[in-house]
Amino acid sequence: MITREDVEHVAELARLELTAAEKEQFIAQLNDILTYFEKLNELDTSDVEPTSQVIPMSNVFRDDAVQPSLDRTKVLQNAPEESHFFFKVPRIIEE
Amino acid sequence: MALHALTIHELQDLLGTREVSARDLTEAFYRRIAALDDRVHAYVTLTPEQAFEQADRADHRRQMGGSSPLLGIPLAIKDVICTEGIRTTCGSKILHNFVPPYDATVIEHLTAAGVIVLGKTNMDEFAMGSSTEHSASGITHNPWDLSAIPGGSSGGSAAAVAADECAAALGSDTGGSVRQPAACCGIVGLKPTYGRVSRYGLVAFASSLDQIGPMTKDVRDAALIMNVIGGNDPRDSTSAAMPMPDFTRALTGSAKGLRLGIPREYFVGGIDSEVERAVRTAVQVLEGVGATTTEVTLPHSKYGVAAYYILAPSEASSNLARYDGVKYGYRTPQWSNLRDMYMHTRDEGFGAEVKRRIMLGTYALSAGYYEAYYQKAQQVRTLILRDFEEAFRHVDVIVAPTAPTPAFKIGEKTDDPLQMYLSDVFTVPVNLAGLPGISVPCGFNSAGLPIGLQIIGKPFDEETILRVAHAFEQHTDYHRRKPPL
Repeated sequence: MITREDVEHVAELARLELTAAEKEQFIAQLNDILTYFEKLNELDTSDVEPTSQVIPMSNVFRDDAVQPSLDRTKVLQNAPEESHFFFKVPRIIEE
Repeated sequence: MALHALTIHELQDLLGTREVSARDLTEAFYRRIAALDDRVHAYVTLTPEQAFEQADRADHRRQMGGSSPLLGIPLAIKDVICTEGIRTTCGSKILHNFVPPYDATVIEHLTAAGVIVLGKTNMDEFAMGSSTEHSASGITHNPWDLSAIPGGSSGGSAAAVAADECAAALGSDTGGSVRQPAACCGIVGLKPTYGRVSRYGLVAFASSLDQIGPMTKDVRDAALIMNVIGGNDPRDSTSAAMPMPDFTRALTGSAKGLRLGIPREYFVGGIDSEVERAVRTAVQVLEGVGATTTEVTLPHSKYGVAAYYILAPSEASSNLARYDGVKYGYRTPQWSNLRDMYMHTRDEGFGAEVKRRIMLGTYALSAGYYEAYYQKAQQVRTLILRDFEEAFRHVDVIVAPTAPTPAFKIGEKTDDPLQMYLSDVFTVPVNLAGLPGISVPCGFNSAGLPIGLQIIGKPFDEETILRVAHAFEQHTDYHRRKPPL
């Protein structure tokens, strides 16, 4: 069973500030969904290799050639805040 | 028939003989959009200025002797595919003002082929949903019944094609998001093999499952679009270095000698009786054009939804960590420090279904649960893959319903996420196994809602599923019927 503390812990990991109502809703819904996931335990998978992707490829190399990069002005136009060609972020080091 | 009702290849015939210009077509589609889209709400952004420029360029190219199967054809693009200079929102508040500084590879290919982009279509936020009810831009309605969902997550693209608000569209399919809305709206939708079409510029949901695919009025149009968008791309290291055939050459009109597998597990429990009847009748049609059928077994398909709803949200929780209010998109106006800025930006920027999946995925990947959920689901993915490998030792394609029911009513499943997830039961195994699948219209229920037939192929064998789908279409007229708008 997923508890209120679990939901708060996971929300913190995911950097989601949930409202009290959202937490209540997620406790109920996530429990429903996690209960449904339990059907996977009907399967014995102890000798089964996991599949993370289906293409039989490992390292994909390309030549280290210089290519045009994105236009800086266009990229920065999407920034919530920018200053002198830099992304502006909240202060992270205390004075 | 009116211009907007025609297929790409029919329009190309008219363009080729100069009976119409690309500008005429563009005008016709915008007139159609103006007449209908306040009821259907397929589009979130229209781009007439750029579209008419593209139309004039296409007409000029043709006057200079140019021709190509997509030259001058007006398309709609799902709003999860990056279009340079055109807002790309993914149906999310967190990207409400995002203007990509580059085109996705598929858009580069389409532009080079001379298509016209009419606009961007609505979708479930970040492609998470089966109904196009989870969009910051509002819901999309099914053209066959405006009180029903169009399917999802590519519901805007499906509705735009079905309502003749474009000649064809692109969607994306992570767990059924091209095929299921195609089935709900009575059109053709193809999910290519994982790795067939570049994902560069497709906003990531679940990177090991996502594929872009065509949504069209008939099978030939799907083949024509595949010819242009497919192929290896050095910018997507998961795109495969496989030869690209001319997919239209597969459209022989015959299914002679092909072996169809009918998965036993897809016809038990939960399937609507009218859907079952339509699919079984479709199988008889295919037998009539030379195919043979055998029952096959996919014993682990009933675990597909559980495995998928662990793996896809896990990948999503990682992919969506990038939305932090720093480099692009929404940033909360109120914050006191960096952590606080992240927390509020993400809470205000994401909708309920996206938060639910981020929570699920973060939980499944968190310390103490990784093996029980994520690794277990990856092992079940292996079992599902093996089921298909075994079945394809005996058959050339697998034929099944696309969705267990026709389109349900708007609002019917929004309060019960698990019920919504179960509507993907027949499509998610195909993504988990990375296979190509196509949905073609195969009938209507008693309420007049479309039903889709799903044809699943071997890896990189889109040709055979296109061939079967096309042969079916030659002997039925479901794809030609139009919604009563």
